[in-house]
Amino acid sequence: MVDDTKGQGVIEATIDRADHPKANPMQPTDNANPAPSDPPPAATPVADDTTAAATSTGPVTYKLTSRDVNVHYGEKRALFDVALDIPDKAVMALIGPSGCGKSTYLRCLNRMNDVIPIAKVTGEIKLEGQDIYDPSLDVVELRARVGMVFQKPNPFPKSIFENVAYGPRIHGLTASKSELEELVETSLTRAGLFKEVKDRLHEPGTGLSGGQQQRLCIARAIATKPNMILMDEPCSALDPIATAIVEELIDELRQQYCIVIVTHSMQQAARVSQRTAFFHLGYLVEEDETAKMFSNPQDKRTQDYITGRFG
Amino acid sequence: MATTDLPRAEAPAGTRVDWHSNATKRRVKRRNWANWRLQFYGLASIGVATLLLCLLFGSLIHTGYVAFFQTKVALKLDLSSDLIDRENLAESNFRKITRNAFKAYFPDVTSPRDTRALMKIMSSGAQYIVRNRVIANPDLVGKTVTMQVPLSDPYDQLYKGVIPLKIDGLGLDRITNFRRLQNRNVVVVENGKSFVKTDVILSEKEVQDGTFNVILNEAFKAFFPRDRSLAYLEILGPDAVDTLKAYVEANPSKIGQTVSLNIPIAPLYDQLQRTGEAKIRNPRFKSDQELAWYGSLKERGLLGTVFAWSLFTNPDSRFPELAGLAGALVGTFLTLMVCFLLSFPLAIGAAIYLEEFAPKNRVSDIIEVNINNLAAVPSVVFGLLGLALFIGTFGLPRSVPLVGGMALSLMTLPTIIVATRAALKSVPPSIREAALGVGASKHQTIMHHVLPLAMPGILTGTIIGLAQALGETAPLLLIGMNAFIPSIQDMGITQPAMALPTQIYTWADSSERGFVSKTSAAILVLLCFLIIMNITAVILRKRFERKW
Repeated sequence: MVDDTKGQGVIEATIDRADHPKANPMQPTDNANPAPSDPPPAATPVADDTTAAATSTGPVTYKLTSRDVNVHYGEKRALFDVALDIPDKAVMALIGPSGCGKSTYLRCLNRMNDVIPIAKVTGEIKLEGQDIYDPSLDVVELRARVGMVFQKPNPFPKSIFENVAYGPRIHGLTASKSELEELVETSLTRAGLFKEVKDRLHEPGTGLSGGQQQRLCIARAIATKPNMILMDEPCSALDPIATAIVEELIDELRQQYCIVIVTHSMQQAARVSQRTAFFHLGYLVEEDETAKMFSNPQDKRTQDYITGRFG
Repeated sequence: MATTDLPRAEAPAGTRVDWHSNATKRRVKRRNWANWRLQFYGLASIGVATLLLCLLFGSLIHTGYVAFFQTKVALKLDLSSDLIDRENLAESNFRKITRNAFKAYFPDVTSPRDTRALMKIMSSGAQYIVRNRVIANPDLVGKTVTMQVPLSDPYDQLYKGVIPLKIDGLGLDRITNFRRLQNRNVVVVENGKSFVKTDVILSEKEVQDGTFNVILNEAFKAFFPRDRSLAYLEILGPDAVDTLKAYVEANPSKIGQTVSLNIPIAPLYDQLQRTGEAKIRNPRFKSDQELAWYGSLKERGLLGTVFAWSLFTNPDSRFPELAGLAGALVGTFLTLMVCFLLSFPLAIGAAIYLEEFAPKNRVSDIIEVNINNLAAVPSVVFGLLGLALFIGTFGLPRSVPLVGGMALSLMTLPTIIVATRAALKSVPPSIREAALGVGASKHQTIMHHVLPLAMPGILTGTIIGLAQALGETAPLLLIGMNAFIPSIQDMGITQPAMALPTQIYTWADSSERGFVSKTSAAILVLLCFLIIMNITAVILRKRFERKW
């Protein structure tokens, strides 16, 4: 396909260095996701056993694989046969115009759609090879393993400490108080917030600034030691400085987590993600390396969207 | 993309709006006038509402404030006499001690009859007040102590100026009758006594029969030809017949003729003629003698009013000077406690299920509609239900706070359910998402986050529901919670009791003058509790109001 090195260097270099030392990290996906050249809505990746593929075809491991994901809200169909594989230790950005289904897809990944009574999800979503819609799977455990950060910072109206400690506490992740305190400190440190709040851990989390609140929410999400973090437009309520800090943080977190981020800002997608998926009207139109996606999109709709002709 | 290629629709080039034309000016004027009118209607409504409220409170305070004071007489009690049983204080003859102390002010009253009349000035409960005081302070025994005991109701009211010493003895119609005579200039005063100058027909037959009253009646009838009530005959003095008789005996020659005579009139009318008003002793006082005794007490400075703590510490009584609200307050407290303990958990449970778990279908819709219906059911119906079901079918005792609280909780349940649902609904979805997002179960999300955040709203609704229940009278009357409870010693949720509103009802029904002000005072106490509860609700709401 397209030349990897064309158009961007930094992100690619980062990927190479940090995640996929064995070069050409995205190569296998070229096979897995042949970008459709014709407009028909569903861009289904060739269905191979991705976990097997990941191990057999190269260094890329997929944290999560999904096939034929359909979502209905009552009569309305919101997602059409979405098939998407999400690599580990990388950032996957979901972009697309409003109402295209990217948030819906994101909320399928930790079954947050379950709380909407009229939502019906079909298809197969496997987290580390385990079907997350398997009735025997405990949804609470799933949500602990798949952390989520929401559009609007939503700390609990409790102290900063309690915000972070809540998840570990209900899941019994720590044995002692000191262990819990340590975990809270680690999480806050990892979210880049500890220095700013270490003197007021017991003041309400709602008293922080918007950007700090969002980082608190990220700390809260990583405190349950998830495998994966879902971010639903995490910077849309933040000012540019706070956005920059959070983006930096996302880039750091990529070393340890698999991150899926929904964003409306294409610049943000370009800045923070390694791979990008473009959704339109409930269809996954195209999914590729971010650099490739922005420099040489395969689909006309993707091109129109990223060049700002609609959306 | 396609839409951007379309040619932009041009705005229609209309005529310019003339903002200074007369039509526009008229429109502006009309608009301003309408604004002003709307504002005025609002202000006027608020004014009327405030005025009515002020009237209500004004009249209550005006009638009720005297009940917060009690006239007392200072007694010098000799607690050293052998009437005191030192071994068993409660068995001492406090009746005699108290009466002796009171009688000591009137050494000249000796006859048993006068003594009985004298004792009516002092409250009949005085001896118990003295007894309780002495039992509480046993070291008073052996000393002579001064204690203040209440005056009986009529004298209490008289001292506080609630009732007058003298009242009008003649009704308006009687006075009108007399004015008619005055206007005819037939009323004359001779030697300090009033007479009516009357033309009397001394018919032979009546004189022979000796029915002089018939002659007088006929003569008076001439003044009031159309009055059939014969009320005017009251004007005739008790000595009128004798006067006529004496005249006929002195002038037998006049029999059969019509003569003009001065007929004496009744004392009240005489008083009206000479002083312009006809006053009599207030019939609440038995005799002038009693009033004289009272006057002498007052003159000697033995009387005085003090704040009536007894209004809050005494249980109910047949005597207004002894009656208090303690029984009603305890009863209301117990009733509301039962009501709260029943309705609070039930309502929260129902609200959580309906708001968080119930599927949105026909059944839950019907339940929702009926909860709102329940809130609109007249309270007397709940009383009937309580009577039929709790007392009739379940066989629970009558008049008890347990049943009262159960009946009232039927009323408060819907209020609290609706308030709780609103409070749960107002917790933003982002908090639920946050909790679910870190892997909290539904139960944890509700118990750890949603319910605590909704709690101020729930408590506000609960307090308002209980405040409604506090003032509810009909259900309590129906289950018999207007019992007469003269002691608060053994009150409990399964013992007969009364509540504040039923106490008000009972007092309002009593004929003693003191209960008029007691009723208003009790209403003020009830309103105070209502205001306190509602202010608490407002403070809670303000204090915990969150901006999301």
